[in-house]
Formats: sequence, C-alpha cells, structure tokens
Amino acid sequence: MLDIQTQLFEAKDVRFGPIDHETHPEIESRWTHDAEFMRLMELKPVRPISAALVKKQYESIEKEMEEDKNLFYFTIRAREDDRLLGKAVVEWVDWTNGNGFIRLGIGAAEDRRRGYGSQALGMLLRYAFGELNLYRVTAVVPAYNEGATRLFQKFGFMEEIRRRQALNRDGQIWDLVSFGLLNSEWREQNNGRG
Amino acid sequence: MKDIYRGSLVRLCGESPEVMAKAFAKWDRDTEQHRLADSDPAQLWSEKKIKEFVEKNGEKNSQSFRFSVRTLADDTLIGGVGLWVSSWAHADAWLGISIGERDYWGRGYGSEAVRLAVRYGFLELNLRRVTLGVHSYNERALKAYQKAGFKMEGRTRGEGLRDGQRYDGFYMGILYDEWLTTQEAK
Repeated sequence: MLDIQTQLFEAKDVRFGPIDHETHPEIESRWTHDAEFMRLMELKPVRPISAALVKKQYESIEKEMEEDKNLFYFTIRAREDDRLLGKAVVEWVDWTNGNGFIRLGIGAAEDRRRGYGSQALGMLLRYAFGELNLYRVTAVVPAYNEGATRLFQKFGFMEEIRRRQALNRDGQIWDLVSFGLLNSEWREQNNGRG
Repeated sequence: MKDIYRGSLVRLCGESPEVMAKAFAKWDRDTEQHRLADSDPAQLWSEKKIKEFVEKNGEKNSQSFRFSVRTLADDTLIGGVGLWVSSWAHADAWLGISIGERDYWGRGYGSEAVRLAVRYGFLELNLRRVTLGVHSYNERALKAYQKAGFKMEGRTRGEGLRDGQRYDGFYMGILYDEWLTTQEAK
C-alpha cells in the first residue's frame, strides 16, 4: 500500500518548514557568532555573518533550488511554536547515480541534546529515500565532531572513508570521515516502511 | 630549483583554449575514456562550447591548477591533469587526470603526469595532502595511483551506476610526509 497519509515534514517535537526571509536572518546570524557550533558544521574557515548577508544567502539558496534542482533545503522548527531550531539539507544530488549528501544542525546551544537533531535526521532520510528515491546518502563529518558521529552511527550509517590528516584546527590535525547509508539498509531498519 | 613541470616521458603545459577545445572534442567521442575518468553521463559538446568552458575555467584559477600533458619525445598533446584546492586552510586538494589519447594508455605516461601533479602540489602549493577518487573498475588508474604513493582511505558502496551495474568509488590520499620518503621527492 502506498502510504501517502504519512506527513513527510512532521515528527514528534519538530517539523520541517520553509525559509522565512523576514524573521530567520536575525536568528541564523546569531548562530554564526557561535564559533564552536560553526566549526562543528563547517570545514571552511568560519566567520560571523550579519543578518543582511544571511538574507542574501537565503535568496541564493532558493535560486539554486529552483534552477539546479539538486538542492533540498529545510528549516527545522519546534512543533510547539514553529520557532526556528536549525536546518536540514540534501545537497549535490547526482540524479544519474542516485547519490546525495546530507547535513543538519541545531543552531542554539539550549536546543541541542534534546533529540531534535535525531528526529530531523529521521525525516531527512525518509525524504531522501522515500521521496527523492536516492540509492545512497553520504554525510561528511570532522573526526572531532563526536555528537554527529554518534548520531549517524545510531541511524546505521557505515564509516566508508577516513581522509587522514585532512583538517587543521587549533594547530591540531584531524581526519575527515565520510559516512554512507544505502536506501536498502534504511528500508530494512524500518521494516520496509521507512 | 628543479624544473617541476618536466618528467622523463611527459611535461605539464599551459594550452590555448582553441587547442584544448579541439582535443577535448576529439577525446569526448571515446566513451570508454569518458567512463574511466568521470561519473557524469557521457555527452557531446561542440568545439565552440568546450572552448567557452575552457575559457571560463581559466578565469577561475585561484583554486584550480590545470595542465595539459605533452610527450617529451614529439610534443604530442595526450591529456590533462589538474589539482583543485578544496581548502587552503586545510592544505588539501583533489587530483584529476585523464589521458585522452588511448595509444598512450598503460605505458606510464598517465602515471608520470600524476606524479608531476603531486610534486607540484607539495613543492609549489605547499599542500599537506592530495586526495583523489577513482571508479572501482578502473584498475589501470588504481595501479598508477598506488605506484605514485597514494594509499586507500575508503570506498563508497555502490556510488555509481553504469549499464545497470552498481560500482564503488575508491578514495585515496597521499600525505606530504609520505611523499617525502618516495623517490619523487629526491
């Protein structure tokens, strides 16, 4: 049976929503001033970003979604009041081969460690495998990001690549780890239902 | 200072867009060549369009370092090799190569071009490591990379699909410290 009643963008405590160009730039700008958070998320040198620049970035994200059709960007919202918690993304989708890269983050420190990321990842995988029909997804994680490593392992991801000494942060050299999950593995975990 | 562009079989060159476009237009028609080097679908572009691509790539050259590969014996243009710096902060770059002229496959020309590009990356760009990906069915390339000192760092399961068959992606890396101990550094 095709289960189209299941809402793809609704989980227990969180939901996916679109970008709000009015209220989100201010909030996301605040997150970019948290260097610790940004360095868990980004491999590139981090920098604090103004709300005005975040607004421009949102515009280019939606432009890319519209034109290239290989980027799927969601904001993570709290179900109780729809406030912005973070983002969840499927990107660089390679349609010929059925691949995509995923990433997600919860922006504010007080919203972390509450299971929101886990619920968002569940939705993101259902979307990538059930709606985009990808064969596999990849998540790239710096070796120092233990929280992300645990999260992806919990969802059955397998460590596939370990790029030795690929990152230099605080004068320390770290590996860059790539995790992969196949559609078939995900389906098996969820008893064929997703 | 040594001539870092020159090996014993080939040298790395800069090429005018006209010449490169003509060569790519010819090589693209060899789908085996394309499918060894790339995971995108094989397709055909006009020489005019390829020239535009080449010109555009030439402008974006602060992170990418592209070379043509020419034989020392008779200056034949046989392929291209390049480094794409993924991050200056982390001193890492992707290496890509294709030898378009199939008469030069399996004879050490590609291997040497790889080694020259790696040497360029370490001696001129001061990278800490060089990264590459290769299709699991491309045994010739795999051997060339191993010979150049690359180590296997992992494989993505079923990353590509061709003729109804899934294949893996192999990912390899070489560190500056490892390279220093090889013959190439001496």
